[in-house]
Amino acid sequence: MSAPTLYGLCAAVLIGFGVYGLIVNPQPLRKILAFNVVGSGVFLLFGAIARRGAGAGFGGDPVPQALLITGIVVAFSATALAIALLLRLHDEAGSVTLASDVPPAVPPAVAPDADAR
Amino acid sequence: MNTTPGGLLLVLAVLVPFVGVLCGLVLGGRNAQRIALLTIVAGAGIALCITANYLNLGGAVVYLLGGWSPPLGIALRADGLSVAMLVAIAVVICGIGVYACADFGTPTGQREARAPFTFWLLLLAVWGSLNLVFVSGDLFTLYVALELLTFAGVPLVCLDGRGETLRAALRYLIFALLGSVLYLLGAVLLYGGYGTLDIALLAARVHPEPVAWAAAALMTTGLLAKTALFPLHLWLPPAHAGAPAAASAVLSALVVKGSWFLVVRLWFDVMPGVVTFSSAQLLGGLGAAAILIFSVVALRQERLKLLIAYSTLAQIGYLFLMFPLAFDVAAGQLDGGGALAGGMLQAMSHATAKAAMFMAAGSIYAALGHDRLVGLAGIARALPISVLTFGVSGIALMGVLPSGAYLAKKLLLGAAAGSGQWWWEGVLQAGGVLTSSYVVLVLARALARPGAPIQLKKSISRVAQSAALALAVCSLLLACAALGPLPRTLISNPLAPSEIASLLLTVGGGGLLAFAFGTRPSRIAAADAIGGAFVSADGVVRRWPVAGISLLLVAALFGWTLVAAR
Repeated sequence: MSAPTLYGLCAAVLIGFGVYGLIVNPQPLRKILAFNVVGSGVFLLFGAIARRGAGAGFGGDPVPQALLITGIVVAFSATALAIALLLRLHDEAGSVTLASDVPPAVPPAVAPDADAR
Repeated sequence: MNTTPGGLLLVLAVLVPFVGVLCGLVLGGRNAQRIALLTIVAGAGIALCITANYLNLGGAVVYLLGGWSPPLGIALRADGLSVAMLVAIAVVICGIGVYACADFGTPTGQREARAPFTFWLLLLAVWGSLNLVFVSGDLFTLYVALELLTFAGVPLVCLDGRGETLRAALRYLIFALLGSVLYLLGAVLLYGGYGTLDIALLAARVHPEPVAWAAAALMTTGLLAKTALFPLHLWLPPAHAGAPAAASAVLSALVVKGSWFLVVRLWFDVMPGVVTFSSAQLLGGLGAAAILIFSVVALRQERLKLLIAYSTLAQIGYLFLMFPLAFDVAAGQLDGGGALAGGMLQAMSHATAKAAMFMAAGSIYAALGHDRLVGLAGIARALPISVLTFGVSGIALMGVLPSGAYLAKKLLLGAAAGSGQWWWEGVLQAGGVLTSSYVVLVLARALARPGAPIQLKKSISRVAQSAALALAVCSLLLACAALGPLPRTLISNPLAPSEIASLLLTVGGGGLLAFAFGTRPSRIAAADAIGGAFVSADGVVRRWPVAGISLLLVAALFGWTLVAAR
């Protein structure tokens, strides 16, 4: 098995773990971490593709590496935003569950004071 | 390919809103609003210039960044689809800007608050990111644009900072991130397979094989999650429940259009030959399910705001009906033409009408202090402009004469008849009837005679109400497209018996449905049972694990329809 294939398979495993975590874990922090695991998998795959697609005596195709850096920056900002929201939610509501918020299609008689809060 | 004259306008369309954001951030406070309004005027001018330039050139406007042509460089391109969307979005932003001056203005003598400041900056950021989505010619730039759009859209959900809105924002962000990482994975696979991400180059190189199938399935699913198409809509209803009216208008009219537009780009421009008849049917089928389920759920809502949110979900379904209709079975590939034009027109009229509808609902909420449907009686007399706005935008969404959506429906029906897919004709007609049902329901409540004279908690700015009305009228005026780019034969005789019959059928059928489903407990027991079943189905699908598994299932189904049914 060549190195790029091995890394590609590792990427697939990481993406699988991450998607599993995103779906199964109820805690938002774990979901954010799982998103980062998926992201790492995608970046690793891109790195493997860069290695495989290299030509003209290069050690790797430089275009994916440039895109990768951008991707990492985007994923980092996404994580930062999510964590900021999470902290704020913890301050406001005292808990960080995502599950209980479903406003039932029939809301519990929204009192006229809904805007007074 | 070279930079065309006026190509620099594309850069400005993206750059000017973001420069506005930065200036507003630095100058802060009440200056943010002034800068936002100035930027809106400038940006609208740029959108018009791009249109004029596009018409002069008679083809796509192109700008090569740094003079490097793809595959090494990155190109910005504005073709007909982009120009149409650029203009439509500019109009909606202008309307929302005028409306929001009432809610998010900072009169002199009043301390500036954080919510207005954030709102104006985010409005510009949404605009800049959308413009980037429309003019990017490269899948990775599109990924960045999509992420920017999400980052600008998420804080709009939680402008007031209450716990439940923060929770809705976090749900939205995490689900949208899952969607965009799937999109990125697809883009990476395409680069691995074909060595480029430029749309024009990819379209020439891509052909049906495993890597293209995997990429198409992953990217489509990711984008659907961001567009909130059934069954991937868990984030949308809570996001609208607590957002201010102007923010809801931005989210519903604009933000979901970004990822929808990307699906259009992907299917029509990047891989028209890769997608299959059955995958297009699957996409349309999800849309049809969205129309049916969410229209009924909308009728069961108690709050006006949530009714409109569910109507957005149903209308998103409507936007996906054009994909199966555009499929040319003989050639085995997607083919633009009438169906694509119809779909774009539908998107533009939805953007204008839905923004107007949310703003009218916002005025009603502010005036009454609540937006419970049962308490709306008498509001038509107190706020005639807002109720008129609701009615006009309702007509625009229903697709009856005279509106842009009417033309869109005609084009789509024509495409359905032309390609022999009669089942979509039924869906299109039923969609109109279902839309009219909740519009009729709200209007009937608003026009009812109040038990006691209603007292308004707050007087509503007439300018704000008129801005909403103007947007709703714009949606009707899209019918003028029949005078320009669209074939004139679409409206042969608006007063022909068949047209009148279809109008009566739509409104009458809607009235019947509103009567059956809108009252609770309903006078028809079956309606209660069906409505209850749909509402609980919606509740189940919106649970996180179910939505996650639906996401995998949708991806798998797309993969299967792309591979097996060839």
